[in-house]
Amino acid sequence: MSEGFHFNTQYHLVELLGSKARNPAELLEGIKTVPASCIYYHTHRFLQQHHYLSPEPPNDFAFWLTDFLHLRSLGEEFLSVDTVLYCNLEDLRKTFQDILEDYLSKDGKNVDCLPGYEFHFLACKTFVLPMPYTANNLREFAEILRKISIRSLYFHIFEARMRLGVPDNDFSQWLRSIGEDKLADEISRLDPYNMTLENLRRKIIRMVEDRARD
Amino acid sequence: MPGIEAYREIIGNDELDELYLLAERLKGKAVQNINSTAVGGGVAEILSRMIPLLRDLGVDAYWDVIKGDEKFFTVTKDMHNALHGLNIDISKLDLDYFLEVNRRNSEELDLFGDIMFIHDPQPIGLVERREHKSNKWIWRCHIDLSAPQEATMNFLRGFINRYDAAVFSAPSFARSDLATKQILIPPSIDPLSDKNKDLPEETIDSVVERFGLDRDRPIVSQISRFDYLKDPLGVIDVYKRVKDHIDCQLALAGGGATDDPEGPRILDQIRSAAKSDPDIHIIYLPPSSDVEINALQRASTVILQKSLREGFGLTVTEALWKAKPVIATAAGGIPLQIRHKRTGILTYSIAGTAHYLRELLSEPEYAQKLGVNGREHVKNNFLITRHIKDYLSLFISLYYKEDIVHL
Repeated sequence: MSEGFHFNTQYHLVELLGSKARNPAELLEGIKTVPASCIYYHTHRFLQQHHYLSPEPPNDFAFWLTDFLHLRSLGEEFLSVDTVLYCNLEDLRKTFQDILEDYLSKDGKNVDCLPGYEFHFLACKTFVLPMPYTANNLREFAEILRKISIRSLYFHIFEARMRLGVPDNDFSQWLRSIGEDKLADEISRLDPYNMTLENLRRKIIRMVEDRARD
Repeated sequence: MPGIEAYREIIGNDELDELYLLAERLKGKAVQNINSTAVGGGVAEILSRMIPLLRDLGVDAYWDVIKGDEKFFTVTKDMHNALHGLNIDISKLDLDYFLEVNRRNSEELDLFGDIMFIHDPQPIGLVERREHKSNKWIWRCHIDLSAPQEATMNFLRGFINRYDAAVFSAPSFARSDLATKQILIPPSIDPLSDKNKDLPEETIDSVVERFGLDRDRPIVSQISRFDYLKDPLGVIDVYKRVKDHIDCQLALAGGGATDDPEGPRILDQIRSAAKSDPDIHIIYLPPSSDVEINALQRASTVILQKSLREGFGLTVTEALWKAKPVIATAAGGIPLQIRHKRTGILTYSIAGTAHYLRELLSEPEYAQKLGVNGREHVKNNFLITRHIKDYLSLFISLYYKEDIVHL
C-alpha cells in the first residue's frame, strides 16, 4: 500500500559571501568560484520574493546585466536559460559560464557598472521542516494544497528537484506511487519558472480536483 | 502592545503556524540580546517589539543593556560616524576606555545565553568573555558598513571575527575582509505600530486639516528628515515642474533639523524655495509624531523619496505598506523594495522624478496597481514577522554546518 504525501516547508537564511562583480569578467570569475548554493539563490530568489507579480526574470544575473550594465543582448541570453531543464546546479553554472566566456571571447564590452551598483554574490542555507499535514488521497491533497504556505509549495516543486537531486517534483513522484501517472505527467510538464507561485498553486489544485471528480 | 496572534490576520494562518513550528526547534536555548540603550533609537525600538513576540512564540528570549558613561558614548558615537565613512581620529586612549567599559560590563553582566546576540559596536567587546563559555555568539550590525573609515574597521575586525556570525542589513554592507560568516537580514516595519496601523478616516482627515492640506486635490509628499541627503530642494523642484500641468499640493514633512548643525540652514532654504506657493506645506514634526506620519502617508496620492544617499529606506517600506504609489531614487536599500514599474518607480534625476510623478497623477489606475503590488511585496518581505523568521533561522543555523538542513 502506498504511503500518504507528507508536506514539508522550507526557510532560507541568506549568506553574504563578501565578493562582488563590477563587470562581465568579474561576474564570470564569481560564477566559476562561488558555492552551488549561490547559483541556486540567484536563480530562484525571484520566485519566492515576487510570487504575486507577473513572471519575472527568475535570475539575478540577467537582471543585473540588463538593468545595471545595460548589456541587453547578454542579459537576454541569461534570461532565456531554461532553468526547468536543469536537474543540477553544476550544469546550470556551466551554462552561465559558457555564455559569459563566449561573450568575452567575441570582444564583448567588459563595461563597469556605476559605483554602488555592483553585483553582490549571495548564497543561502535551507532548512526543511515537516508540516503536520499528510494527504492520503487526491481530495485531501487538494485541500491541503489550499492551506499550505507558498514556501511549502516552493519546496516540493523546486527545492527537492534542483538541490536534493530528485529527478522530478515531489508531487508527481507521489502521484505515480498511487497510480496517478497521467496526472503526475501533467504536473511535471508545467513550466513553474514562468508563472507566479499562486498561479501554479491554482493550476495544480484544478488539475487534482478535476482528476478526483473523474 | 499587540501579541503575536494579532499578526495572524495580516500574514495568514499558514505563515504564523510555520513561525511556531520553527520556534519549537529552539526549545531549551536561551537567547540573550545585549545592546547599549533601553529606550530611544532604532535598535531599542526593534528589540522592544521583537523580544515579547519571540517570547509569545515560546522562545526563551532576554534583553540586557550595558552601562556606559558620557565619555564612553562619545567614543561610540565617533565610532558610529567613522563606520559611516567620516574621517574621525579616535585616540588610543579613547579606544582603551572603550575596551575598559566593555570589560567592566562583561564582569557585571550575567552572560548566560546559549545564544548571545550582541547589537552594534558599543557592546562588541563582550565577546572577549566567550573563551570561558561554549555558547554561540552573533554580532548584529545595524550600521551601513559599505565605506567605513579603515582605522576603526581594523580595530573592530578582531572582535567581529570572534563571533560565529555577523548580520548585516543590505548586500552592499558585506565585507571581503571578515573571517566570520556574514548573514543578510534586512530590517522591517511593524504593521501594528502607530506609524503603520490602519487609521480611521476621521483621524486622517483631522491631521490633514490641521496641516492645512486639501484632500480634494492630489497630495504629493516626502516624509523624511530635513537633511541635504534627502534632497528636499530637489523635491520642490520636482513639484514645481509638475504643478504647471497638474493642480497638486506638496507636503514636505519631517524632523531632525534642530539636532543637526546644518538643519536650520536647510530648513531656511526650503522655506525660501516654498514661500511664494501656498500649496507647498513644510511640516516640522516633533518626535513621537507617529500617528501624524501615518495619516500624512495615508492621505498622500503619491509619495516621493528623492534621497541622494539612503540606508535601507524604511520610509519607503512604510509608504509601500500603505499601498501608496512611490517614486524613489535607486539608492541604498530602495532597489530591494522597488522593482521599477512593478512595485513602484525608481528614478535617478529631478527630471525623471517629475516625469513619473506626472504620469502617476494622470493615471490613477496604474498608480493604484503599483501601490497594491508594493504592499504585497512588503507583506512578503519586510514585515516584523519575516524579521522574526530570519532571526529564528539564524539561531538554528548556528548548530548546523550543512547547506541543507532537515529539521
